[in-house]
Amino acid sequence: MLIKTGDDIHSSEITPKALYLRRREFIQGMAGSAVAAAAALAPSAVGRAAAQTGQKLPNVRKSPLSTDEKLNDYEDVTTYNNFYEFGTSKDDPAMNAKSFKPRPWKLAIEGHVARPAAYDLDEFIKPFALEERIYRLRCVEAWSMVIPWVGIPLADVIKRVEPTSKAKYVEFVSLMDPVRMPGQRADVLPWPYVEGLRMDEATHPLTILAVGVYGEVLPNQNGAPIRLVVPWKYGFKGIKSIVKLRFVDYQPRNTWQLQTPNEYGFYANVNPEVDHPRWSQARERRIGEFFKRKTLMFNGYADQVASLYTGLDLRKNF
Amino acid sequence: MKRTKIVKAVLAVSALVPAALLVAGIFTDDLGANPIEYITHQTGWFALLFLFASLAVTPVRRVTHWHEIIRYRRMLGLFAFFYATLHFLTWFVFDHTLDVASMLEDVFKRPYITIGMAAFLMMLPLAVTSNAAMIRRLGRRWQLLHRLAYAAAVGGVVHFWWLVKADIREPQRWAVVLTALLGVRAWWTFKARLLPRS
Repeated sequence: MLIKTGDDIHSSEITPKALYLRRREFIQGMAGSAVAAAAALAPSAVGRAAAQTGQKLPNVRKSPLSTDEKLNDYEDVTTYNNFYEFGTSKDDPAMNAKSFKPRPWKLAIEGHVARPAAYDLDEFIKPFALEERIYRLRCVEAWSMVIPWVGIPLADVIKRVEPTSKAKYVEFVSLMDPVRMPGQRADVLPWPYVEGLRMDEATHPLTILAVGVYGEVLPNQNGAPIRLVVPWKYGFKGIKSIVKLRFVDYQPRNTWQLQTPNEYGFYANVNPEVDHPRWSQARERRIGEFFKRKTLMFNGYADQVASLYTGLDLRKNF
Repeated sequence: MKRTKIVKAVLAVSALVPAALLVAGIFTDDLGANPIEYITHQTGWFALLFLFASLAVTPVRRVTHWHEIIRYRRMLGLFAFFYATLHFLTWFVFDHTLDVASMLEDVFKRPYITIGMAAFLMMLPLAVTSNAAMIRRLGRRWQLLHRLAYAAAVGGVVHFWWLVKADIREPQRWAVVLTALLGVRAWWTFKARLLPRS
């Protein structure tokens, strides 16, 4: 049986984004019609929307923590999204988040910190160096992508806000605004979306707050203006459109755990040996591939993060 | 009869449109980021749709007295089976890479797959006996056998309900329609058997 594993793909084979975005132009050019010229001047709706939100981010450093696996297409990353605030279908967020305005944006830092405060997001981000982090993203629904995030290590943020010794966990809260987020008008989930990390998970070098993707400002449907990325955990831990970080002494109850406690837990570490009660987590479909590939322990980040969970029963703490 | 033939031809061509669009989408790479998932969802959805359409024939006929509609029921049922087969094959080929053992493990371990597979297997004898010769051979038992369609529809809706993560609104809508389709039959049976005739 021929199963493409992707392990044999070199970074040299990755289509540069600029070329990729012009693929329609290329195809239409091959057709040799006059339409091709018009198409070049008026890119697809997706491309245009991305150009508005997707301003180029300056001074982005590369990171040794990035994977060199083949990137998923920009279009896949921005049209196949789980972001229930904008609808429960994968293509809902790209359509329903078009008019969402992620600026101005206040980010509140609360709880056990030296100086609780609400910051303007751009002011808050300014002192930090932006890094590109190419991570695997494994959804709890058994599909995965490779995404070039741009962000800042959460550890740097935490250092700056000086949590006190009472801070054991970080609780993250998303924007609650049913007018701007139409998906919140249906109570498919308890709103607002809440997530949490243990302090050592939050300060782990792999954990970032992302403000961009593909070198550009984060599109609305991917969680603009700022979202969490924890690559060894299932995607739902990556809370989007964050308005609040609260440093607390209790384990926060995250949204999916509140919704269905027997299926979704606090940790949500990617684990091929612990199935979802309704489906297997042993394999996943990498977007862009047809057959499924094996899921890796901690989504392939076991070397970096397994030590965080020594002695923890991962079956109970799913 | 000529008119029936024309209607049947139009119906058959229309019923093949979703499948044709999927095939075209594969070649133009236009099925979204996750084409296998899209094909799986579409074929499942149309299997339910045609199954429901076949179950709607009797109530529609009884309410509207458009008796000719019964001539199209077999075709609707067969298209339900056609899409259910594509649905099953997509899953078997792409999720299980034709590995029977791995497929069976899923069938016995995952309730939503167990019930989905049960619904599919129930449709199999219905498809096989959907011809005049079988109807003649089975006589009254044919009608009894084809009540399996009710069970298959229930199985299909439960399969859908059990696989969604949190947003049960769509399977709920299917369940409401199914309740109506089966409820109206139950009511008519009840009326015919138990209520004094007027």
